[in-house]
Amino acid sequence: MKTGDLIRALAADSEVHPMSPGRALALASIPGVAIAFGLHFAVLGLRPHLLTLLGEPRLLFKLWLTFLLVALSGPLALRLVRPGAGVRRAALMLAVVPASLAAANLAELLSVPAAEWGQRLVGTNAVFCLKSIPFLAAAPLVATLLALRQGAPEHPALAGTAAGLFAGAIGAALYATHCPDDSPLFVAAWYTLAIGFVAAVGAVAGWRLLRW
Amino acid sequence: MRAGNAGDADSYRRLLLQLTPVLRAVARRGLAGAGMADTDAEDVVQETLLAIHLKRQSWDEDAPIGPWLRAIARHKMIDTLRRRGRRIDLSIDDFAEVLAGGENEPSMLVADVDRHLECLPAGQRKVVRAIAVDGASISEAAARLSMTKGAVRVALHRGLRALAAKFNGEGT
Repeated sequence: MKTGDLIRALAADSEVHPMSPGRALALASIPGVAIAFGLHFAVLGLRPHLLTLLGEPRLLFKLWLTFLLVALSGPLALRLVRPGAGVRRAALMLAVVPASLAAANLAELLSVPAAEWGQRLVGTNAVFCLKSIPFLAAAPLVATLLALRQGAPEHPALAGTAAGLFAGAIGAALYATHCPDDSPLFVAAWYTLAIGFVAAVGAVAGWRLLRW
Repeated sequence: MRAGNAGDADSYRRLLLQLTPVLRAVARRGLAGAGMADTDAEDVVQETLLAIHLKRQSWDEDAPIGPWLRAIARHKMIDTLRRRGRRIDLSIDDFAEVLAGGENEPSMLVADVDRHLECLPAGQRKVVRAIAVDGASISEAAARLSMTKGAVRVALHRGLRALAAKFNGEGT
């Protein structure tokens, strides 16, 4: 087939309007998050007295931090699947999350006696946290990866990692409404580990699924 | 490109035609830089055009199109070099003088490039061939192959995606 012929075929195919990655992500997130919500209420459930506890600064910080990660990693993933788009600013913005977590940990260490540090770090259900966040993040991760296939990542594994961060953060945000451990020490240790695991799964899946 | 995304097939076609010589020059330079035969250049050009088409939704209409095109062309070039790197390339030094062509599309490659088309399932191949090689419109192709227009559109789109996948899977 000559190149001119190919171009004729491509032009004939231009009546189909493929969905932009951003729109695809927005649409795919609806079922992805809905499934995660469903599993959350079916299996985990909200923490008792969640609403009355909302004034508690540690709980608020935990929720805010996971939402912040959702809000920052989503746009980063979208930039990573747009060829030629600059990602540096979006990637640097992401550093706000570990920076706030470090600041919160410092505040926690200063305000809590050293004898309690260990107990706050280990919390009451660390292993459950490690299992629950990936469990809740699974459906959003699948949805995100499928949506990103609309894009064209220059580095598929990197785009997959961002998808994993995004999905892991959604899982963590949901889990945070169940988890009774509010200390930033706990969040820094176990949430980070769980989200990191989801991001690693995303990296491998992205490397395989997002190539074009 | 904006017109193309809005479904204006004619201006989209003109854009792709205008891009082709540029892509061809880039492909030749890239292959020459890697010390490879520029007989592959037309393959790279077609693969890049397919990627531009199938990934056109990944261009943000508010962003300049240059960096987007460059990134796609670079990605496809790297892809090709990586694939060719795993293959044994016969020396082409003996043919170098014969092959040194201008901007014209080398017609002797047609049979070679055609092999991708041959790999498609029969239904898709007929539709792609009718539209690409014979120059039929969607409705003409539909009439000739006694299919509905919708079925022709679907077969064409799937055929193009399969072609892109063929390029990608080659040699891996």
